[in-house]
Amino acid sequence: MFARQAAQRLLEIRQIFRQSPQASRSFSTALNYHIDTPDNNPNIRWEFNEANKEKAKEILSHYPSNYKQSAVIPLLDLAQQQHGGWLTVSAMNEVARIIEVAPIRVYEVATFYSMFNRSKVGKYHLLVCGTTPCMIRGSREIEEALLKHLGVKRNEVTKDGLFSVGEMECMGCCVNAPMITVADYSNGSEGYTYNYYEDVTPKRVVEIVEMLRKGEKPTPGTQNPNRIKAGPEGGNKTLLSEPPAPRCRDLEAC
Amino acid sequence: MNKVFNRRTLVVAIEVPILLLNSDRRDRKREMGLGIFTSMLLRRTIIQRSTKLLSPQSPIFNNSFVRPIVSTPELKNPEAAQADPVPDSPPLPPRSPVGGARVHFPNPEDAIEVFVDGYPVKIPKGFTVLQACEVAGVDIPRFCYHSRLSIAGNCRMCLVEVEKSPKPVASCAMPALPGMKIKTDTPMAKKAREGVMEFLLMNHPLDCPICDQGGECDLQDQSMAFGSDRGRFTEMKRSVVDKNLGPLVKTVMTRCIQCTRCVRFATEVAGVQDLGMLGRGSGEEIGTYVEKLMTSELSGNVIDICPVGALTSKPFAFKARNWELKGTESIDVMDAVGSNIRIDSRGPEVMRILPRLNEDINEEWISDKTRFCYDGLKRQRLNDPMIRGNDGRFKAVSWRDALAVVAEVMNQINPEEIVGIAGQLSDAESMMALKDLLNRMGSNNVWCEGNGMQTQADLRSGYLMNSSISGLEKADVFLLVGCQPRVEAAMVNARIRKAVRSNLAKVGYIGPPTDFNYEHQHLGTGPQTLLQIAEGRHPFCSAITNAKKPAIIVSAGLFEREDKDAIFSTVEAIAKNGNVIRPDWNGLNVLLLNAAQAAALDLGLIPESNKAIESAKFLYLMGADDVNLDKLQGDAFVVYQGHHGDNSVYRANVILPAAAFSEKEGTYENTEGFTQQTLPAVPTVGDARDDWKILRALSEVAGVKLPYDSLMDIRSRIRIVAPNLLSIDEREPATFSALIKPEFPHSMSSTPFKAAIENFYMTNSITRASKIMAQCSAQLAKK
Ligand code: SF4
Ligand code: FES
Ligand code: FES
Repeated sequence: MFARQAAQRLLEIRQIFRQSPQASRSFSTALNYHIDTPDNNPNIRWEFNEANKEKAKEILSHYPSNYKQSAVIPLLDLAQQQHGGWLTVSAMNEVARIIEVAPIRVYEVATFYSMFNRSKVGKYHLLVCGTTPCMIRGSREIEEALLKHLGVKRNEVTKDGLFSVGEMECMGCCVNAPMITVADYSNGSEGYTYNYYEDVTPKRVVEIVEMLRKGEKPTPGTQNPNRIKAGPEGGNKTLLSEPPAPRCRDLEAC
Repeated sequence: MNKVFNRRTLVVAIEVPILLLNSDRRDRKREMGLGIFTSMLLRRTIIQRSTKLLSPQSPIFNNSFVRPIVSTPELKNPEAAQADPVPDSPPLPPRSPVGGARVHFPNPEDAIEVFVDGYPVKIPKGFTVLQACEVAGVDIPRFCYHSRLSIAGNCRMCLVEVEKSPKPVASCAMPALPGMKIKTDTPMAKKAREGVMEFLLMNHPLDCPICDQGGECDLQDQSMAFGSDRGRFTEMKRSVVDKNLGPLVKTVMTRCIQCTRCVRFATEVAGVQDLGMLGRGSGEEIGTYVEKLMTSELSGNVIDICPVGALTSKPFAFKARNWELKGTESIDVMDAVGSNIRIDSRGPEVMRILPRLNEDINEEWISDKTRFCYDGLKRQRLNDPMIRGNDGRFKAVSWRDALAVVAEVMNQINPEEIVGIAGQLSDAESMMALKDLLNRMGSNNVWCEGNGMQTQADLRSGYLMNSSISGLEKADVFLLVGCQPRVEAAMVNARIRKAVRSNLAKVGYIGPPTDFNYEHQHLGTGPQTLLQIAEGRHPFCSAITNAKKPAIIVSAGLFEREDKDAIFSTVEAIAKNGNVIRPDWNGLNVLLLNAAQAAALDLGLIPESNKAIESAKFLYLMGADDVNLDKLQGDAFVVYQGHHGDNSVYRANVILPAAAFSEKEGTYENTEGFTQQTLPAVPTVGDARDDWKILRALSEVAGVKLPYDSLMDIRSRIRIVAPNLLSIDEREPATFSALIKPEFPHSMSSTPFKAAIENFYMTNSITRASKIMAQCSAQLAKK
């Protein structure tokens, strides 16, 4: 009797220490180091194009000349838009050169923010919000639906180079959870858009993907036809009348 | 029952997060005694408790590993414990600052008073809470804070309680305010530390038994002293890819606790911006992003500052445990800086070299050459006296025979044709003996390599670093004449870098193009530029004249030039025009290249004629491997006394094996005139003897017996020649040099200055024998 109980305990302990695949931690960021590939190595020259050079100058003019390094994020963003949604080492080196810091200082920033992609992404980079509110409202299923539909793994690009799926953290529209973001790099930095599609369902995201594939631009915002922006489904339920004016403070009472 | 026992041991092993490796750590600088004691007690209670815990009926256990984390009962309820009325405490015993630190009040009116654990301390304004605690004698646990680096405040280990503050504060980043009441051992502070410790250990691997830092690891020590006896983390620990930082630093990045000390060291002190903090959250890691080796001559110091075993010494990996090592406090002789080091040895072997704190010289860093040259001490050593036979091969002989041969030859040769050269690693005592021996033989042709043939040793200020190494920090303009401090004296370079960073000092450099790790202006390559500055025709002149504390540093590499005197008088003219020498500041400096130079000049080791080598018939080389022997006559008799089979051995007729710096007691004077002594850390190899003893024995065989039988006796002889060499651990500044020649001869040749050191890693016989240094130079060549 005792021995059997003990054996069961042992099993329980094992269970706790055994690692199920779910238990391994997943990181939203990619590798934190660079591996040379033919399309991404420090020997490839990278430069801002003429239009973006002007933009870069404009960005730099926002900061005092001895704080050029403050421009690191806008410049990285510009570089990413120009380079089809991702940053090569040479692009980061170029930014470092412009803001006069050591390249590692730029790498630090680029690796910190998951919005900077350091490996190739599709023309449409779909980012699924994975933070708690969205997760509770079913972001896992949304991601699954996307991955299954496109036949890729996370951070992988489809064969036609059109789509890739990534994960990111809360984008601040939890009220319309779950949501995905579509970063559109198909038109370079001029036609670059970064749109939120909210209140999505596994079915709806697939539709969105198909619309994008056809070159259509689905309307961003909530995808629930019964909602207006972040308002409640089916129209307002509270605050239906004019709110009363603020009451005067009772000065005597203080 | 058997099974129960098994389970118990399993859980105990998992629960004691840090293995107590050896109680020898008790003598570490942090007070560990109490921590170890409590841990022992705790372990016993864990065993008892876990028996109870694991019994199947235990409700706690059924609740799947819900365990109270606090280790002491009163910590479970800090508020209640705090509310207890404190009985009238006896008057506090006076405390002394941690490590005997002195507090320097730059401005006495700015002193403020704070209370640390009720004990009032006076501190200067601008001190942090942590520093205030240190002054009060309370050592606050910390990981990311380092007194010589900027404050990061990211480890949170230094949390203390401050009265009226609702949360514990990170003491390293919080400025102390007047009247602040700091409490370092309240339940709140203790609990905060325990919590931080638990977080730090969450992702830290349990590999202390195979970790080289074991026994000297801050994390180990502090988790013993401040941590809990268990953690609640049951997920997987993360792992991080190791980085390749070159042949010196081994990385096990999974152990890293992200204190960023190494990043700050690399950026602030070493001046190589290669390391960074990549990623974020639990994916954060230290790295270089792109494959890059750490190319700094100070890179070895990250091994010391890393509080855990993430960065350890590659050559020392798995060689020894730190408690097996015997530490000997000694002096480095790889360059003229005389960094203070500790030689850690096991038996007859030097296992590693670590820096010692000396604020005036090396602070707490040392160069890679100093740290890693030690494997050269084991290779290519000369063990026995040897004589070259007629067939050109060396034959080992007894000391008696070897000395007899040398004495016989020496006695047959004209005194003028006897020449002695001391090597760059020689100590003052043996140089004294060499000079005395040769003088007694009737020759005065004795000098130290690197000092050149036309040496002026009359004025000490002419060959010393007059503004002192620590004084360089205050300078605001530097003129480097043929001097590449980064390779010639890495520690001096660190000071210049400090001045550039903190005073925004300007650096002008004349010499061949070279690497600097701070901003500089390359003014020119040769004497012409120097002349322009001297005549006021150069834009840099105004920088010197306008400077508050200008410093000119001339490299001793110029000693070898024919036009040395002209160069020096030109430099003196610049000094005069720029008012570099003032009553309170002497900015005219010479940076020597090797450890023996200053003492040799103090002792007057100066050649009589500059054709000494050409005319020599008998050459006595005392460890001199960098002299050019091409001009030596073919029939000259060469005696090589030294510890390594290096360059000069090829030409030697007799070899007398001597002791290396790690094996002998000797006096060295560094480039600023600071006298220090080495101590023997390991026994000599084979039949080798101390240099001065060999010379003394030889003198007796040769019939000119030197009158000293002990180091004491030699030192009393030195007292007559250069008394400053006896004031150990003191800097004897040069007496003020009013003797600046007004006019300067325009006879400098136009040859540009040469680099004094070609390869930082290979400058003397020890480094040339070292495998690690060879790897480093190979890496340097690849770059
Ligand atoms: S490697 Fe060491 S020094 Fe660097 S951040 Fe990690 S723990 Fe700190
Ligand atoms: S959690 Fe998804 S947007 Fe906030
Ligand atoms: S030592 Fe204060 S936060 Fe690290």
